[in-house]
Amino acid sequence: MAELLFWPALLGYGEAAIAYSNPRYTRLAIWGVRVGWVAQTALLCVQAAGVDAFPWSTWAGSLNLFVWLIVGAYLFWGCQSRYRLVGLGVMPLVVLLFVVARIGGGTTAGERSHYSNLFLTVHVGFVLAAFAGFTVAAVLATLYLLEERRLQNRSPDILRMKLPSLVVLERLTVRTIVIALPLLTVGLAAGFVRMREEGRSFDALMGVACLTWLVYAGFVFARASGRTAAQLAILGFAFVIVARLLLAGSHF
Amino acid sequence: MSFSLVGISHHVAPVELRERVALPLERAASLARMLGDAVCLSTCNRTEVYLAGDDGTRALSSLEELAGEPLRSVAYRMHDDAAAMHLFRVSAGLDSLIPGESEILGQVRAAFDAASPGPLLDRVFRQALQLGKRVRTETAIGESPASVPAAAAALAAQVFGDLAGRKVLLVGAGRIGELAAGNLSARGASIAYVANRSPEGAAELATRFGGEPIALEDVAGKLGEVDVVLTSTAAPGLVIGQNDVPSRRRSPLFFIDIAVPRDVDPEVHQLDGCYLYDIDDLEAVVTETLEGRRAEAEVAERLVVEEAERFREWRASLDVVPAIASLRAYAEEIRSAELAKYASLPEEERRRLVAVSGQILNKLLHEPTVRMKKAAAEGDGEAYAEAIRRLFGPPE
Repeated sequence: MAELLFWPALLGYGEAAIAYSNPRYTRLAIWGVRVGWVAQTALLCVQAAGVDAFPWSTWAGSLNLFVWLIVGAYLFWGCQSRYRLVGLGVMPLVVLLFVVARIGGGTTAGERSHYSNLFLTVHVGFVLAAFAGFTVAAVLATLYLLEERRLQNRSPDILRMKLPSLVVLERLTVRTIVIALPLLTVGLAAGFVRMREEGRSFDALMGVACLTWLVYAGFVFARASGRTAAQLAILGFAFVIVARLLLAGSHF
Repeated sequence: MSFSLVGISHHVAPVELRERVALPLERAASLARMLGDAVCLSTCNRTEVYLAGDDGTRALSSLEELAGEPLRSVAYRMHDDAAAMHLFRVSAGLDSLIPGESEILGQVRAAFDAASPGPLLDRVFRQALQLGKRVRTETAIGESPASVPAAAAALAAQVFGDLAGRKVLLVGAGRIGELAAGNLSARGASIAYVANRSPEGAAELATRFGGEPIALEDVAGKLGEVDVVLTSTAAPGLVIGQNDVPSRRRSPLFFIDIAVPRDVDPEVHQLDGCYLYDIDDLEAVVTETLEGRRAEAEVAERLVVEEAERFREWRASLDVVPAIASLRAYAEEIRSAELAKYASLPEEERRRLVAVSGQILNKLLHEPTVRMKKAAAEGDGEAYAEAIRRLFGPPE
């Protein structure tokens, strides 16, 4: 069943990624995002029901959840016809990650985790939700820098190939990070509590996760704005990528 | 039923001629009333008379009277489907000087509302108005600005998003600057300060936009309080220098300089958080967006063709309307006669009988009615109407 649900989800996301490239098919693209997300939600539910537990105890499984969270955040923040180029930035990335999750076996039924459900929900769930938020924030920040560059270069096509306005992009980036940072804080705290209880040692992934937290905490407390804010959001995302790569090799 | 169109527009007539036949809305409406079942659309770019049941001769005479000269060589005359197609293109903004401009749709609506057209013109104008709305919602033809003032406001929105609550400093009282200020104001920005060399000019504009008049010397002091600076003075040198601009870390400052020679030091554009667009930059943006409009116009043309086809089908269906009406009347006559035989039934039963017989009649006639209309749209309406007359008409 999980196998069957992967394809409509990929089809929806793939259709959206392609349709966003043509302004005439923007509505179709938005429907692709919605249909894909519903199918992936069903896929995650089937996975959860199949193993009667939290099924994302592998890096690929967590990537599957990560993709779902990114699309969820995108649907919530920026899935609008007039912001077509945001979709064009997000959806190809989503398709790529979703395919990687499948290749890694993260979309199959999975195995029961040896962690407690509560621990995984708090630790993995919150950290992944925060990472998804940072991913969306990085896309928004990239678009901010792109839009700023176009304004600086006085690109004549600036009103034809419309991005959200600078102020809107900045506001959405800040809001996404402000929401994601507490999630990362709680997720990391749960992880440290668990580490202490089990007497495990501090690994590289934890170090990178802490660095990520520091960058975004700096972002929030320094009330970064404009180009600096966008650059900080992208720097933080670089740590998110490193954390994701480390997750594939260790920690589970 | 048929109708015709006679008119002149910017495509065929120079402004000297157009201005002679241009009519304010009330005079256009009274001309339409004088002609009978007519609608007169008169704007600065066109004057057109749509007239039902006439070949357009009377309408042409009326326009020639206004022009004071014969118009046969310049006026266009169209009939029925061609006239409808033309009206659809007009309401879609495809026949306008700037493709996709939205003002024409309101002018078509006003002309229609001011006249008292019969069913044919009523139908074609309603369809035209619906199409005009559809073109603007289903294509991006009207989204991009088509003029320098509109582009200036759209660019400000590209920086700030919603302009509601954003403060504008207007420097100079040039015509284009005033139009740009109007565009910014229409998008929700408030014209906070107006500076001009002449205090009277500043006061007049400030009153119009609800801002505060200030002296040119005070401009630099206000730069920290505003979001958009719009300059259009006739000053020979720079009015705002790089050193006048305060540091902008939290919120951008957008300069629109439409003066020639320029009012704002070009180096301002290099400052963090500051963006400066001069008249050349704005014109480049307009040229690009007009290109985009032309691409969208192709999509709009397809919608016009669809609508014209719907109108043609509807008009063709009118050929069979008398046959359908007589068939229905014949069936109704038989039904009434049969019902009359049961006049003595109790009220409740009789009511049920009336309802059931009515339903049977409607169901029986529904399919033939639909098929006749379809046949009429395909050009076979007359044959079907003749068959109905022969089958159900009075004996020969």
